[in-house]
Amino acid sequence: MEKLTGRIHSTESFGTVDGPGVRFVVFFQGCPMRCLFCHNPDTWEFGKGTEMTVDEILQAYERNKAFYQNGGITATGGEPMAQLEFLTALFAEAKRRGIHTCLDTSGICYDPACPERFDALLSVTDLVMLDIKHIDPERHRALTSQPIDRILAFAKRLSEKGIEIWIRHVIVPGWTDSAEEQERLGDFLAGLKTLKGIDCLPYHDMGKRKYEELGIPYPLADTPPADKELAIAAREHILKGLKKRLVAEYKKKQG
Amino acid sequence: MFKSFAPEWEGFEPGRWSNTSVNVRDFIQKNITPYDGDESFLEGPTEATTKLWEQVMDLSRQEREAGGVLDMDTKIISTITSHGPGYLNKDLEKIVGFQTDKPFKRSLQPFGGIRMAQQACKEYGYEVDPEVIEIFTKYRKTHNQGVFDAYTPEMKLARHAAILTGLPDAYGRGRIVGDYRRVALYGVDMLIEDKEHQKATHFVRMTSKNIRLREELSEQINALKDLKKLGEIYGFDISRPAKNAQEAVQWLYFGYLAAVKEQNGAAMSLGRTSTFLDIYIQRDLERGILTEKEAQELIDHFIMKLRLVKFARTPEYNSLFSGDPTWVTESIGGVSVDGQHMVTKTSFRYLNTLNNLGTAPEPNMTILWSTRLPQNFKRFCAKMSIKSSSIQYENDDLMRVTHGDDYTIACCVSSMRVGKEMQFFGARANLAKCLLYAINGGVDERLGVQVGPKYRPVEGEYLDYDDVMEKYDDMMEWLAGLYVNTLNVIHYMHDKYSYERLQMALHDRDVKRYFATGIAGLSVVADSLSAIKYAKVKPIRKDIEITDKQGNVIDVAKNVVVDYKVEGDFPKYGNDDDRVDQIAVNIVRTFMDKIRKHHTYRDSLPTMSILTITSNVVYGKKTGNTPDGRKQGVPLAPGANPMHGRDTHGAVASLSSVAKLPFRHAQDGISNTFSIIPDALGKNTKIFAGDLDIDRLTQEALTEDEDQ
Repeated sequence: MEKLTGRIHSTESFGTVDGPGVRFVVFFQGCPMRCLFCHNPDTWEFGKGTEMTVDEILQAYERNKAFYQNGGITATGGEPMAQLEFLTALFAEAKRRGIHTCLDTSGICYDPACPERFDALLSVTDLVMLDIKHIDPERHRALTSQPIDRILAFAKRLSEKGIEIWIRHVIVPGWTDSAEEQERLGDFLAGLKTLKGIDCLPYHDMGKRKYEELGIPYPLADTPPADKELAIAAREHILKGLKKRLVAEYKKKQG
Repeated sequence: MFKSFAPEWEGFEPGRWSNTSVNVRDFIQKNITPYDGDESFLEGPTEATTKLWEQVMDLSRQEREAGGVLDMDTKIISTITSHGPGYLNKDLEKIVGFQTDKPFKRSLQPFGGIRMAQQACKEYGYEVDPEVIEIFTKYRKTHNQGVFDAYTPEMKLARHAAILTGLPDAYGRGRIVGDYRRVALYGVDMLIEDKEHQKATHFVRMTSKNIRLREELSEQINALKDLKKLGEIYGFDISRPAKNAQEAVQWLYFGYLAAVKEQNGAAMSLGRTSTFLDIYIQRDLERGILTEKEAQELIDHFIMKLRLVKFARTPEYNSLFSGDPTWVTESIGGVSVDGQHMVTKTSFRYLNTLNNLGTAPEPNMTILWSTRLPQNFKRFCAKMSIKSSSIQYENDDLMRVTHGDDYTIACCVSSMRVGKEMQFFGARANLAKCLLYAINGGVDERLGVQVGPKYRPVEGEYLDYDDVMEKYDDMMEWLAGLYVNTLNVIHYMHDKYSYERLQMALHDRDVKRYFATGIAGLSVVADSLSAIKYAKVKPIRKDIEITDKQGNVIDVAKNVVVDYKVEGDFPKYGNDDDRVDQIAVNIVRTFMDKIRKHHTYRDSLPTMSILTITSNVVYGKKTGNTPDGRKQGVPLAPGANPMHGRDTHGAVASLSSVAKLPFRHAQDGISNTFSIIPDALGKNTKIFAGDLDIDRLTQEALTEDEDQ
């Protein structure tokens, strides 16, 4: 039997912002989304990258595992769930070795029609960092080139399955910086029982150079980077929407 | 040996240190108060501290505006007792003493070399007094003169071509750390008594070795007598032990000050003083004669003095070291051999000077890091590192095995037991250039002249790994021999003409000497050999015109490889990839083994460092194109660092490559310069929290709802 391999863009041995603790981060090659603010356009195209086996990746992890004792492994990309079989195998083996697993995903590859297809993966995933790019379906499509329904369905599935969720939301001036959008996102998040974190990331344009190298026009050329304060405010608005909904639900239940 | 328990020692736990012999380690172990708490006890600067520091900042500004030097001695030769007292503001300074009679005035130190002293003056618009020049050219030989009298033509050529670089042959070698704590603990009289005893009980058979040591012991005793006078100049009687914290800091500082008044060494490190001084501070705090505010003030004023140590140096010297470093290294923390950490409140107080006086590169505060340091201290170090970028870290768990628990760092990585071990600083051999010599059969790639032995150069269209390795091995064999012999000359002459009498007076009689060689360009060599092995490297040959000093062409070197074309990719050092990392490991071991084959001066133990922190820039200028694709003039990576931008798998992978280098073959230390933007170290808690809880949020929301 041929050995199972994944298409890997690269690995990062010192991930400090991709889940709890210091983490070994695996960037999967290939992504169906085309988010305007994406800073890794070099991970978009499928079929590129280096073929790696589960063992090769975990060997690199094991060599320096002392650094990761409070962290673990994070799969990101690209879109890791686009290589479902390999991702599941990687996490299964990591779990077997007692490594904390974190999946950083857009959820776009989830299929609400056959949720069982993803059960094997979810059974070996400790934490999902789910990127919700925009809560409004129209704007979501405009921002990412993809519809939102699968993503929200995936969030609900994670909640049902009892898997911890951190929501990531990039604050892009002119796109996701309105209080209204943020409160609406909070309203949705109130339905997720396993929500453990909300991470608002200020948009930056450090990916520009990569676009130039790849010869792709930079889509947000006119958008300024967001400063930290904007992200702090966004988090407050999201929490506000979230709490508003929680109170409403509570009151409804109390009758 | 001590007649009685000195009254100044009252309150200290006695031991071998007070009964038997000079033994600062024993004193520390018996009297230390380890501290596990956090930094909340620390105090800010006093009014006096702030005022003095403003004065210093003002003088610094004046110095900058004056072109780098504010004042210089041109006539008075610096000795321990050469100057009257100097102050910033006598009424405010808790710790006193400057190298000359006023702050920011640089002293004249011609014993290393009169030319260097002249040049240093000249560059800043001063002239050394003609009489001084006459004395040091006609009547009194300098270290520099001695070295050049004994150098072979081959040594001079290797030095000129910069395959041997930064040799301490024209300036003070430094890297010797006196145990300045002894001055405080015992007072100078007891130390003199001890030295007299050492001399009286030493061999009387007059071999040249024994004659030398007897003469040195006499020199040491004279230096200690001068040290007492230095105390008197400032109105202190340091013949007796220090009786309180202020005296302890002051006595210790006088010891250090005497050293920098006599030696303009490349690195004049302080030692391991914080926990020692903590014992005095703790005793005073318990006696109620010192407050925390006053304790911090003592440390602040002490550190302020260390920041103001200055030497007269030439611009070339400064460009070699990227600035005007003094390497006043202080080693903090560590764990004792019985497993108890040695962090005290004064470890915190030292780091707190970075808050109270602002950040500064000197003194070079070095944390002897162990996994067993207390969590609160680790956190404080991390916090201060993020704030100041001024802290150096070294692996105590690694070094303790070799040096026990009372060692210190000289310069940036050289470890040695305080007062028991010293080293002969050996600068470094440029292994990147050595590889180019192997390819060109000993012809220098920039000068075109035959510097190394005339071996057969590499032939053919592409470089062959086995062929290059064989040639490289031969060339390293040559270089190691030449290097060790050059250093033998240097240290013989330094001992003879510029002996560190005060620093050695603060050592035991029978010291262990390290012969500290060093290498530069490790990552360039590893990547070059990796390129040759895993990609295809095509040498590009050219004729080079050889010129004389006036620039006239006197000869032409034919077919010298001056550039390389790399076809394909290859593994690069710094990515935790054994294919290339093992090449680096092998080079370190191989070169060290070659060093070990040679006779070393004064039976010193050869070691090696991989540590260029700043001089790699200058070395890069003098090293031609290399087979890894690096261009002539591009700086070599500092120390054991991977080449800039080639470590593409993140910090852990990069550090892991460095960590593979074997300490036992690079016992003088391995350095890695690491910078990271604070944001890349993790999330700002204001933006992010990973501990949301929906139930708790509901409760919160309901309470807020009711409030409205």
